[in-house]
Amino acid sequence: MLVIDKDNYEQEVLRSEMPVVVDFWGPQCAPCLALMPEVEKLAGEYAGRIKFGKLNSAENRRFCMSLKIMGLPTFLFVKGGEIQARLSGGEVSLDSLRAAADKLLAGN
Amino acid sequence: MEKRELVILGAGPAGLSAAIYGRRAGLDTLIIEKIAPGGQIRNTDEIENMPGVIHASGLELAEGFRRHAEHFQAEFRSAEVKALKVHEGRKIVVTTAGEIEAGAVIIATGAYFKKLGCPGEEEFIGAGVSYCAVCDASFFVDETVAVVGGGNTAVEEALYLTRFAKKVYIIHRRDKFRAERVACERAAKCEKLAPVWDSVVEAIEGDGLVERVRVKNVRTGEVSALEVAGVFVFVGTAPHNEYLNGLVAEKPGGWIVTGPHMDTSVPGIFAAGDVRDSPLRQVVTAAADGAVAAMSAYHYIDSRGQALEMERK
Repeated sequence: MLVIDKDNYEQEVLRSEMPVVVDFWGPQCAPCLALMPEVEKLAGEYAGRIKFGKLNSAENRRFCMSLKIMGLPTFLFVKGGEIQARLSGGEVSLDSLRAAADKLLAGN
Repeated sequence: MEKRELVILGAGPAGLSAAIYGRRAGLDTLIIEKIAPGGQIRNTDEIENMPGVIHASGLELAEGFRRHAEHFQAEFRSAEVKALKVHEGRKIVVTTAGEIEAGAVIIATGAYFKKLGCPGEEEFIGAGVSYCAVCDASFFVDETVAVVGGGNTAVEEALYLTRFAKKVYIIHRRDKFRAERVACERAAKCEKLAPVWDSVVEAIEGDGLVERVRVKNVRTGEVSALEVAGVFVFVGTAPHNEYLNGLVAEKPGGWIVTGPHMDTSVPGIFAAGDVRDSPLRQVVTAAADGAVAAMSAYHYIDSRGQALEMERK
């Protein structure tokens, strides 16, 4: 999965031709770490259709706050530079991620 | 349909302990987990009350449980349990990865943190409202936050948050904590902790991120606002039982009723850990439950096997 940070966010996420899913995680966030291998699998499944990236909140704390993110795990679903959906905390499951990813594609 | 001897639902301390005992009793053991092995302790910074372990992080302990179950070759499967059914005496586990017929089932799906249910709570999840201090504390360095609740978890998580935040309010509806004495004494000594007694949260407000909580004093009726960047909610737990649809007897609140052998109201279905009706929900009690449930499942499967053999003769 592509590593996203405050410096490449605009280029890789907002200006991306392909829809993007950004996984906001942190080294202290056990649910995030548990989910990561499954998200890697999803990234493989959607390869060529959706770009998946991960952003380490511990190294981009201010930037996360500027995106109104102060809780993990959080996933943003972005298309055409616009945030289409957001999932946080207990809303995050493999089922809900897949549903939001499919919705992101269906809008094309 | 896939057939297994023992199917364990949930891989927290109860389920993993059951897997260890099940495997050592020689049962073919499958353990189904929705997210990752370890359970709620994965979200706990420190565990200091597991006998034999003076101090460990929740994650370390969770990993130890997982490795122990793997050591005895329990099979793990990543899937969500959608239903548990009994059809003509056959126990069927319906998961997102197919259906399994089980000789015996141990329900060990645990519990989750209840929500406050006040305006703003849902809106600000991930934007200041949190149910996991370890996950989110680092966002609140030098900020002021509020913890809601007065039990062990609330007090311990509030103490953890004082390592990051400059001030931590604990909003509690009574005038003293229900936590263990050790935790209460630490809280009383901590200068960064500010209890807000006899109070409930009426609303969480902000613009994109949490900016304040509206708090009502239940004795005086007075409403005030506290400026905070985060609200951590620890107001008790509720069982993960939604997939059971009332199959086994429950107490009010959904906690599963069990006998001394961790037996539920349905023969061959056992329950262990936080999901069942019990006076204490700790790692040590969950693990003990798992051991009892696994041995009961073993005796159940064994006696059924003997009964079948008698029928054949």
